[in-house]
Amino acid sequence: MNSQSIAIDSPIVERARSWTRGKHAGDRIYRAVLTLAAVSILLIIIGLIYELTAGSSASISAFGIRFFTDSEWNPSANHFGALPFILGTLYSSLWALVLALPISIFTAIFLSEMAPRWLERPMSFMIELLAAIPSVVYGLWGLFILQPWLVKNVETPISKSPLASLPIFGDLANGYDMLAASMILAIMILPYITAVSRDILHAIPKSVREASYALGATKWETIKGVVLPYARAGIIGGVMLGFGRALGETMAVTMMIGNAPIFKLDLFKSGYTLASVIANELAEASGLYRSALIEIGLCLFIITLIVNAGAKLLIYYTAKDINATT
Amino acid sequence: MAEASSLLKPSRRSRLRVMFSGFMGIVAAAAAIIACGALLAVLVYLAINGLSALNLSIFTEGPVPQGQPGGGLRNGIIGTLILMSVASVIGLPIGILGGVYQLETNTRFSRMLRFLTDVMNSIPSVVMGIFAYLIVVLPVAAMSPGHAFSAFAGGVALGFLMIPTVMRTTEEILKLVPVALRDASLALGAPQWRTTWSVILPAARGGIITGILLALARISGETAPLLFTAFGNLDFNVRLDRPIDALPLNIFNYATSPYDNLHHLALAGAIILLAIILVLSIAARYALKGQNVE
Amino acid sequence: MTQLRKHVFAAFIIMFAVSAFITPRTFAQDMNGAGSTFIAPIMSKWVYDYKQKTGTSINYQGVGSGAGINNLIDGTIDFAGSDAPMNADQKSRAKGPVIHLPAVIGPVAVSYNIEGIGSGLGFSGPILADIFLGKIKYWDDPQIVARNPGKKLPHEQIFVVHRSDGSGTTAIFTDYLSKVSPEWNSKVGHGTTVPWPEGLGGKGSAGVAAILKEHANSIGYVEFAYANENKLPYAAMDNGKGKYVYPSAETAMEAAQSSTIPEDLCTMITNAPKGYPISGMSWIIVYQKSAKSPELKKFLKYVLTTGQKDTKDLWYASIPKNIVSREMKLIDEIE
Repeated sequence: MNSQSIAIDSPIVERARSWTRGKHAGDRIYRAVLTLAAVSILLIIIGLIYELTAGSSASISAFGIRFFTDSEWNPSANHFGALPFILGTLYSSLWALVLALPISIFTAIFLSEMAPRWLERPMSFMIELLAAIPSVVYGLWGLFILQPWLVKNVETPISKSPLASLPIFGDLANGYDMLAASMILAIMILPYITAVSRDILHAIPKSVREASYALGATKWETIKGVVLPYARAGIIGGVMLGFGRALGETMAVTMMIGNAPIFKLDLFKSGYTLASVIANELAEASGLYRSALIEIGLCLFIITLIVNAGAKLLIYYTAKDINATT
Repeated sequence: MAEASSLLKPSRRSRLRVMFSGFMGIVAAAAAIIACGALLAVLVYLAINGLSALNLSIFTEGPVPQGQPGGGLRNGIIGTLILMSVASVIGLPIGILGGVYQLETNTRFSRMLRFLTDVMNSIPSVVMGIFAYLIVVLPVAAMSPGHAFSAFAGGVALGFLMIPTVMRTTEEILKLVPVALRDASLALGAPQWRTTWSVILPAARGGIITGILLALARISGETAPLLFTAFGNLDFNVRLDRPIDALPLNIFNYATSPYDNLHHLALAGAIILLAIILVLSIAARYALKGQNVE
Repeated sequence: MTQLRKHVFAAFIIMFAVSAFITPRTFAQDMNGAGSTFIAPIMSKWVYDYKQKTGTSINYQGVGSGAGINNLIDGTIDFAGSDAPMNADQKSRAKGPVIHLPAVIGPVAVSYNIEGIGSGLGFSGPILADIFLGKIKYWDDPQIVARNPGKKLPHEQIFVVHRSDGSGTTAIFTDYLSKVSPEWNSKVGHGTTVPWPEGLGGKGSAGVAAILKEHANSIGYVEFAYANENKLPYAAMDNGKGKYVYPSAETAMEAAQSSTIPEDLCTMITNAPKGYPISGMSWIIVYQKSAKSPELKKFLKYVLTTGQKDTKDLWYASIPKNIVSREMKLIDEIE
């Protein structure tokens, strides 16, 4: 957001002062309406947590902690264990991170440290566009283009090579698998990590870099030795933000991962994620089955909450540190 | 770090260092090209195949029986517009008023609220869908047999998803309105609500519209929360208490079906959806530029 | 810029106005149904034709039989389509007594995608069970080769594709496997959703067919209509007496006629003495007391009379006359 041209005057900083002062009847209504809006946001969050907990209580009391360690998901027998989904979610998101991380960090470095302005703007715009494409459209592209390409050029050669004996590869090219899901996730979280990292890098004062150049460091040495350490916590925050995104992504993963409630390290095997099983099964569930799915939703909520809160804190403190030194 | 002598006379080592720096520059540029390449791969594919799949009947026809040729996305397009309207009715007042509340107060509660909207922003949309399912679909089902999934339920899920974006942009833009404007209005004896309504909000209008448009762009492609709220409908429906079709649901169902004509419809749907998002995003930028002019 | 913003505002107001204006308009009393994807192809034809004829709109979503039954239990729909009758637990959770009305009979095709091999690969029940258990891993497994002399089966691993959603097609298929393989019965069992030991899941029959179509060396089960429409090769099944039977309307009908149909019309006709062994009936399940009974009755009668003429085109078998007359009586009793 470009703020220079708006805030010529001092912005409203001390805002609380007049809030309770208005004696006009209209002001009382005004305050009531605003408070109502604010309280309703609070109610939505509390309601969400309450409903998820209440909805999953049947499942919690039926399976307890075993729900998270049991790997059998059998709706016909009313037996529910979420382990394959939890592992599948973490595994696919981790691989997405491994694939997206180098590219997004280097892209951020390129955009903020190296690219000329005429190149930086359109490229940044394009990468932001990547973030605006809906999940289901990524899924469609993944099904029609990425998956056949992966099978032909990645999975089949690897499955026929000695690499196939590694635990993360198999001897059978599949396509509806962890690798495909991780790849599409990587493309989806790339813009988030890039944007946050670039913003953090941009925020680092020029003087820091100039000091390094003055000491004779090359551009790369400056980036590696001075700029990146400065931005480290913030970049880690951005990475966690991307990780949080990946954990909650639903449609593209559902379309690519093969939806098999079995967890395997083999990237060529089908798997399942928390979000996907909800998407596939909630509309059709009732009774304990529904409760188990809601508990999966609760589980997903808590995991993303922890990851995102961590990310926000890291970004917040980095930004604060940078501001403090300038 | 480098010694002074190496600055004066480039040694072999320093040449290597400069070369390495250049090499890493190329690596970084390559990464940026890969990132943009991924986007181009998606967009070019969709543009070529989606645009060629577009024709008038896609906008005028509904679905045909499975396995038969033809068919269109009319129901999904109208359904998506209706869902976005319902979401706006639910999400915008709360979001905008919440933003004004944040401007007006600086209490422990408002700081907590700011944190909560951050939390809300990170909730996966599928979880928000579960919430709408629990508070709308199931109670409706319990009260009136034969009803459950509805356009309204879908709108609730999407509306909640809009709130954080609208609220945060509103708050940010209101903060930028010069305090002198507000003081002037209050000094003239205008009540607070009048000041907000006639002075602050109009001054910030462009920015608020930007927030609204961005939030709409975000929810227009949401699919997961609609699976068990709006549900989809093979029939043309505009009633809020009935299941309703949506463009993203069409894309999902048609892309995963085995029929070629449906694959074409999915591609056409994707292009239409991207066009909607692009128009909203560009309009959001213009709205913000309008803000700057004032 | 001010112009543009005015337009944006206007667009919003128009959007709201339009939705507010069209929302309260009353439409013909419509009905909601959901469930079996087995029945979905013909249901969409019935719904389409019925709307043209009577103006009554019916919304049927092929979400899987398990989903349909659960939605009916929750009262979220007026009728469910299912390929498996409701079990005792489901009946006890329902909001009242239900009736099961067979709507079509049809075979579940075992489809595969192997380069150079068309329809007619011969399987026995136990072999099929072993493939889906992951015990037979390669297409050129001696057991498969022995039953298919002269066919060039590749040394490629078998991809097992199943349904990821609750489905009556799965119920028919696993009911058959449980009857022919004790190991399947004890390890996996039968039902609308089972803990698959092997393979990957597609959503709906359409999803499974899409995966089969594109995935070489795969095997899966879909209703016959999907196999035909998508030109997927399908297997001939050993009917337990050494005779290979292809799926078709006739062989499914034969299976139904050779099974005994109980009073409540609820029975699985898999592994029948005659006909194609993986056949099933598909039921429309309704509450005996329905809020929309007049419209519902009209539609159900349409399905069992005029609607039965559509079965042939879509690769189903029609319901035998004697069963139709039993159903008509049940329909008349709906309140």
